[in-house]
Amino acid sequence: MILQLLTGGVLLGCVYGLVSMGLSLIYGVMGIVNFAHGALVMLAMYVSYWLNTYVSLDPVIGTPIIALIMFGFGMILYKLVIKRVLKGPFLARMLVTFGLSIFFINMAQFLWSPDYRNIQGAISKGTFMLGSVFIELPKLVASVGSLIVAALIYWFLRKTKTGLAIQAISIDRSAASLMGINLEKLNAIAFGIGIACAGAAGSLLASYYYIFPDVGTMFGLVALVAVALGGFGSTEGALIGAILIGIIETLGGFYIGPEYKYALIFLSYVLIVIVRPKGLMGWGAD
Amino acid sequence: MLNVVKCNAAYDGVPALVDVSFNIKEGEIVTLIGSNGTGKSTIARLVSGLIKASSGTIEFCGRRIEKLPAHEIVKLGLVHVPEGRHVFGKLNVKENLLLGAYTTNDEAEVRKRLDLVYKLFPILKERMYQKSWSMSGGQQQMLALGRGLMSNPKLLVLDEPSLGLMPVLCDELFAAIKKINEEGITVMLIEQRVLEALELCDRGYVIQNGRIVMEGTGSELIESDTVKKAYLGM
Ligand SMILES: Nc1ncnc2c1ncn2[C@@H]1O[C@H](COP(=O)(O)OP(=O)(O)O)[C@@H](O)[C@H]1O
Ligand SMILES: [Mg+2]
Repeated sequence: MILQLLTGGVLLGCVYGLVSMGLSLIYGVMGIVNFAHGALVMLAMYVSYWLNTYVSLDPVIGTPIIALIMFGFGMILYKLVIKRVLKGPFLARMLVTFGLSIFFINMAQFLWSPDYRNIQGAISKGTFMLGSVFIELPKLVASVGSLIVAALIYWFLRKTKTGLAIQAISIDRSAASLMGINLEKLNAIAFGIGIACAGAAGSLLASYYYIFPDVGTMFGLVALVAVALGGFGSTEGALIGAILIGIIETLGGFYIGPEYKYALIFLSYVLIVIVRPKGLMGWGAD
Repeated sequence: MLNVVKCNAAYDGVPALVDVSFNIKEGEIVTLIGSNGTGKSTIARLVSGLIKASSGTIEFCGRRIEKLPAHEIVKLGLVHVPEGRHVFGKLNVKENLLLGAYTTNDEAEVRKRLDLVYKLFPILKERMYQKSWSMSGGQQQMLALGRGLMSNPKLLVLDEPSLGLMPVLCDELFAAIKKINEEGITVMLIEQRVLEALELCDRGYVIQNGRIVMEGTGSELIESDTVKKAYLGM
């Protein structure tokens, strides 16, 4: 049983991990806590849904396309909204993404109604047994997909020139600009990539999850906890934090009761923050 | 090469520089000296575009740069190595150096510059894959300097490169600066080690309370009473 629960927790945690990585990247580079992250997962799920309905694109196969669409949407969002508040007061920076989140959720309710939808006939479906562990294929596909995207992002940040520049900005903004790095341009790219993570996760989730306007909220909150757990600004930390949360959620949901599973997540967060305020992998000051 | 005319600058409305004018000619080593908190670093930030003048003009190699963003100014060859090194700690030595060459996409050129830096500071080649936060202060300073050289400077602005270094290392550092200058790179050197800086430089300026109060050749300044009393403790 414990093995079954752990497997479920890790599978869930990988998807959380991808959402969290995007959140962490955005925070690290521009100091913005993107409270709209969950809402963007939701938007990506709807995009996936509509593409499936109208052009029969499978949500899993369509993941790169949806990630690309969300990347573009993220860049636009940065240029239209985020850029303007970056130099503003702290409160404005905090509230703007809150505002966006409420806007997207209400927009979804207005345009697409609060009804639950789900994608029929996704390619990845069914279950199988792995030893004594019962595995749902769509969940496995979503988590493996998440890990692949996460690995790509990891590679991009470490091995490409643009990735290195993004890291430089998150370490020391003004030193980065002295290297000739255009902060505005790279901010937009980093924001786009962060949103693409949310988008890819949304698309992978759309293959088995119910889709409704509020569906992203919990993902956004869990990602916030994962990022704080893993250490703000550390993308690897966020991934590890998220997998931990997946495990806590499934184990806690089973042994203590499903109604307490989110309370447990936040409780473990509070505990870790008290013991180690920097987070598990937090690096240096602020 | 660099011509700063009547520049004023402030932090949140508090004036930090008042009518600062100075110039640097190609090939020179020009030093700025002055006690702590008088505005030396502010001058460095001003010319590299990290902060903007509220009035005044800055000309570099015949171009007005006072309105350009920092990342554009680097491309023109005015490279600022900031006080306190500011190496990218989480990244290794080579990655730091490559970031210095961020504005060029010519790989052969990058390799050429890398070779030059490794020749000047062999320790950086040995430590290529070491995370820069784990290096000693002196090594980090070499890295900051090397990273600045990777930007292919015409004018290198060095803000207190000797800060926190042991005296032996300081001699090495000043020798390196001299070598860099002999390679044809103009140097603006901000220093607390006044005597060494004045001995090394062609000309110098003395800053007090955000104003330039004196200028002259290195030997003129060493001989002047003001400098002797205020900075050389004689
Ligand atoms: N980021 C900043 N914000 C506000 N005031 C600053 C800042 N940096 C420097 N100052 C002030 O400007 C003055 C000049 O500082 P600085 O240029 O760093 O001096 P120096 O390099 O000569 O020691 C000081 O009074 C300092 O307190
Ligand atoms: Mg200073």
